[in-house]
Formats: sequence, C-alpha cells, structure tokens
Amino acid sequence: MKRRQILKRWRLPLVSLLIVLPFAFWKPEFGKKALFLLGENILVVLGILPPVFILLGLFDVWIPRERVAPHMGEDSGVKGTVLSVVLGACSAGPLYIAFPVAEVMIRKGTSLRNIFVFIGAWSTMRIPMILFEIQNLGAVFGLTRYFVSLVGILLMALLMDRVLNTAEKTEIIARFQEE
Amino acid sequence: MTWILYFLTGGFLVLSVLFSRENTKKALAKAWKSFINIVPAFLAVLLLVSFSVAFLPERVIASFIGEESGVLGQILASVLGSLTLIPGFIAFPMAKILVENGAGIAQMAVFVSTLMMVGVATAPLEASFFGWRATILRNGMAYFYSFVVGYAVWLTVAL
Repeated sequence: MKRRQILKRWRLPLVSLLIVLPFAFWKPEFGKKALFLLGENILVVLGILPPVFILLGLFDVWIPRERVAPHMGEDSGVKGTVLSVVLGACSAGPLYIAFPVAEVMIRKGTSLRNIFVFIGAWSTMRIPMILFEIQNLGAVFGLTRYFVSLVGILLMALLMDRVLNTAEKTEIIARFQEE
Repeated sequence: MTWILYFLTGGFLVLSVLFSRENTKKALAKAWKSFINIVPAFLAVLLLVSFSVAFLPERVIASFIGEESGVLGQILASVLGSLTLIPGFIAFPMAKILVENGAGIAQMAVFVSTLMMVGVATAPLEASFFGWRATILRNGMAYFYSFVVGYAVWLTVAL
C-alpha cells in the first residue's frame, strides 16, 4: 500500500525518465549535456521557489477570501477579467510559477474563467517580455502578436469555461480546498 | 532579480512575525507543504526541459525553420515551439537573426506564440494542478490559435 502511494506520487518523473533515457543512450554526448543542464536548472528553480512559496503562504494566511472573491470571482464581470489580464501581464518569471499562484487565487475565490485568463496573460503578455520582443522583432510584429494573443486568451478562457463540465470544475476547485 | 524577491519575502516575513507568530507559522507550514507537493512534478518538467534543450540546440532549430518556408515550415515551427522551453531573452534575439536571414514572418510568429503558450514539457506540472483534460484542452487550443497569430502577424507586417 505504502509503496503504491510512493509510486503514484513519483509517477510523473518516472515516466519522464523513461521518455528521455532512450535519447541519452542514443546520443550519450547530448545526454551528458542534458544532465549538466538538469543540474543547472534544478539549482535555478531551487533558488526561485522558496521565496515564491513563502510569499504565497503569507498571502494565503493574511488575505481573507472576502477581499479577493468580489474582485475576481464568479460575479466580478468585466472588472475581474481586466484585473486578471493586468495581474498576468505584470507578473515576472516563467509560466511554471503561475500555477502555484493560480492555486492560491482559486482558494481565495477567483473564478476558473479568470484563472485561465490570468494564466494566458502570464504566458504571452508579460510586459518586460513584449518590450524585449518589440526591440528585437519590431513594433508591428510585437504589438500584433500581443493584441491577437489577448483576443485568443479571452476566447480560450471562455471556451474552457464552457467545455469543462460542472463536475470537472468542482473537482479542480475542490482539489485546492482541502484545508 | 532573485535577490529582490528574497528581500521582499524577508520584509513581509518580518512584518508577519510582528503581527502574529501563530499566523506566520501557519503560512510557513503551508509554503512547505505546497513545495513538497510540487517537487515530483517539477522534477519531471526539469528532466523534459533539460533534454529537449540539449537535443534541440538553437543551431538545430535555426536550420529547421531558417530555410524552409510555407505550411510545412509553420508546422515544424509550431512543433519546435511547443516542445522547447526557451526563455524570451534567448528566443527573441535568435528570432531576429533568423528573420534577417530570410525566415518567414509567419513561421517566426507561430514559433514565438507556441513557445509562450504551449508547453509539452510543463504539461505534467500543469496537469498536477488542473487535471489532464483541462491541460490538454488549454494547450491544444493555444496550439491551433498560434496559427491564427502567425497569419495575423504575417498580414500586418506585409502591410
């Protein structure tokens, strides 16, 4: 029983390992480079995660649900959507940090639709990134991509909200509500 | 950049302790619990990312979408953009050089768009938060929408 739990918990890295191992044997040279990169990446992530999680923990404890839900919850309307876009666009850091942030936002009553808007904005609308993009690829390229992406993010969040049925949604939300 | 984060966190922690030791303890316990919960998924992501970067160096990507054009080039660009996870500060200068060397604008836009919105390597992590169905749905929609982005950028740049 215990062993099965451990296996379940570690199944993702195990599966990933099975995927990458053949490549490592196929081209050991690249495999070595990958291992080096892995070590480097683990160090980078270990450097970022502790403060992020501590901040999230503090947010979780100190900011009551009533302070967030009216602004970003089911009935927050356009204001909630705009706020989600702005929060995502003003963020910094890679997308994988957005997921734990989203978790705390869900726990504080943010609607799933706004969560998907937030994650979309985080992925493609970060302000420092678009400035850098314009610098390199030009304003026409950058701004077109930016605003077409914004339309896409809003559409996709709407669609996600429609396609996922109520059971799935409550399951996602329930997952974060344990305590 | 990271030290600002630490500085900020330290500041808030001190404030929190001043207000309530009890709540601070609770916050730290929560932080530790989320951290431990996320470790396996993170390890999976880092494994996939490290290997995809090692086996698909920029040089290889350049050779794939630098020369080819047309729909095939776009599809290739989208697959590479989805599989790899290159930070913006490397991807944009690289895209600039590729465009200067005659790579198609549409391909480049598709590449940049999938790079940002679609993450095969981060999918396990995403799924550990939102479940596989929502993850596949989001990434799938973002994948196809990237071609819309490519077309739109191609149109406006041609103007």
